[in-house]
Amino acid sequence: MTTSPTLGGVVTAEAEAAILTEPNSPLRPRRGKKAKKAASSEGLDRGIISSNEWSRRGIRRSANGIQITLLVLLAIGGLGPILWLAKAAITPTQDTLRTPMALFPNGFAWDNVSKAWTTIGLDVQFMNTVWVALGVLVMQLIVTMTAGYVLAILKPAYAKVLNALVLATLFVPSVVLLVPLYLTILDVPFLGISLQNTFWAVWLPAGANAFNILLVKRFFENLPPEIFEAARTEGAGSFRIFWQIVLPLSKPIIGVVSVFAVIAAWKDFLWPKLVLALPEVQPLSVRLPQLQQTIDLGTYLAALAISTLVPIVLFIIFQGLFLKSAGMGGAVKG
Amino acid sequence: MGAPIPAVTPRFSPVQEGTTATMTTLTKPAPTKRRRARNPRTWLRGGGLSNLLFAAPMIIIFGLFSFYPIIRAFVMSFQKTNLITEPQFVGLLNFQRVLEDPVFWTALQNTGWFALLALIFGYPIPLIAAVLMSEVRRARGLYSVLAYLPVVIPPVVAVLLWKFFYDAGPNGVFNTILGWVGLGPFPWIQDATMAMPSIVLEATWAAAGGTIIIYLAALTGVAPELYDAAEIDGAGIWRKIWHVTLPQLRGVLLITLILQIIGTAQVFLEPFLFTDGGPANSTVTLLQLIYRYGFQNSLGGNYGSATALSVMLALFLALLSFVYFRLTSGWSKN
Repeated sequence: MTTSPTLGGVVTAEAEAAILTEPNSPLRPRRGKKAKKAASSEGLDRGIISSNEWSRRGIRRSANGIQITLLVLLAIGGLGPILWLAKAAITPTQDTLRTPMALFPNGFAWDNVSKAWTTIGLDVQFMNTVWVALGVLVMQLIVTMTAGYVLAILKPAYAKVLNALVLATLFVPSVVLLVPLYLTILDVPFLGISLQNTFWAVWLPAGANAFNILLVKRFFENLPPEIFEAARTEGAGSFRIFWQIVLPLSKPIIGVVSVFAVIAAWKDFLWPKLVLALPEVQPLSVRLPQLQQTIDLGTYLAALAISTLVPIVLFIIFQGLFLKSAGMGGAVKG
Repeated sequence: MGAPIPAVTPRFSPVQEGTTATMTTLTKPAPTKRRRARNPRTWLRGGGLSNLLFAAPMIIIFGLFSFYPIIRAFVMSFQKTNLITEPQFVGLLNFQRVLEDPVFWTALQNTGWFALLALIFGYPIPLIAAVLMSEVRRARGLYSVLAYLPVVIPPVVAVLLWKFFYDAGPNGVFNTILGWVGLGPFPWIQDATMAMPSIVLEATWAAAGGTIIIYLAALTGVAPELYDAAEIDGAGIWRKIWHVTLPQLRGVLLITLILQIIGTAQVFLEPFLFTDGGPANSTVTLLQLIYRYGFQNSLGGNYGSATALSVMLALFLALLSFVYFRLTSGWSKN
């Protein structure tokens, strides 16, 4: 989300980097598969180290040594904290406090998880997070798909102006929005209502995502224009072209936008904290820091584990899509 | 693929109306050849109305939640706003107040220190990791997944988890591990000099995976012929990295650098949750100060100072990016 100026937001900014620097992104629909295959087979053929060099024992040994070390470091850094959290979620509080690195010295405390879920009412915040993420996803798909269609395919006279205006927002740091957007939510122009403590306060601003529009527009520009011309001569209107031709062709880009939307919504903290002040509408990210002081450590760590579960499971299921979205190169197969 | 979108969105009444409206225009067979639309009727027949309906979500959402707040930020930075009486223009008073606030200068220093440390920790590590990973021949996907896992963990959970890891007692997680090799115990985030590096360490861990994936994608784009050519000239592995790999990555390296600076200049989540700016304001950042001005003020939001500081930060970042791209535009071309 544009309104979360956190380091977490840098991830999207980094993906942005990949877009800006890679005009031949394999996201392009038509040539996508071929280019991907070609790239990966070349990648296997050779990298920096040539096959000649690989056949030399000294190089092979040190390269293998470095790679195994790297794998171990990545496993410790990537998997270590998650495994520790999973362990701590079912360990009695006293054991976690006294011997945090010991493995179940006094058995399990399964009730940490059930306590976190029911007693402190995390189920409410969990469902809130799901609703926030789904709403953001739907909102972003509606805005980006229609906007991409207007800017790349319909191209009315004012498309250029709209395009320039939307792109310009990419260059405005999100920090500028914080206060005035908050005041806008408190009193929406023309409607005269306050959206505070409703999910709309998160959903609607999330639609103003220039980066995703840029992605979708690029994707649409690379669809062969002959299809649309043919459909038009057969009398299809712009709505039918959108519904029956553009959307079915857009599956790859819908996947990428969806990943960005759901993950950004799940991660967002500052903006939902500002506009969702009541616990019964707060998502997990806003509620967790407040729990810290008030509940038993074991239950608290179980709550953290529960909040991590959905993103991790989504990542494991859609890892290819995640890594493709993150790298925008598609060269890394999950 | 298109069908599920309205099915999941019964609540989005504006778009529903929009789509049904376009459906009615569809029933009239509209001649689409005529480009010039001077009077309302030809405009309508040329698809002007459906164009506008497709552009409507973008125009409404960006208008209300992007352009309006951005303009409002600039106006408000010259006003005294308290939501009760009409805003008054006060000239440069808001800016003057911010510059006279001693915490502003502390926050500026801290933010600069955070950005510098984040560059030292966070800029070389993903590059080195990505170059090493690109040479992995077996199970490269495993490396990527492990590297990307920390990015998937919600940032709030990651910070709260690390906050527990950073426990200053001898039974803290990190102190236990370092105790195995006879180091520590360290005070971590409770110490004014050690707090910021500790925070940056977590932030680097959380963000590195995303950058690694971008570099990996860029690395597969390096043409193998360049390495072949370098070998003909007798280059070894190190010289190939220095003379082929790094120059080929120049474009993406330059972009990730400036995006990292822009991101770290707006850091909020980590210092807010780890230390809330302490100990003794040693980790308070600019964005946190904006937050304090606007939302943590016992006298009601000081929106004037908050927007004035936002605007100054945004202008600084815009100027910085402009100068940066001017300076580097010559280098990034291959």
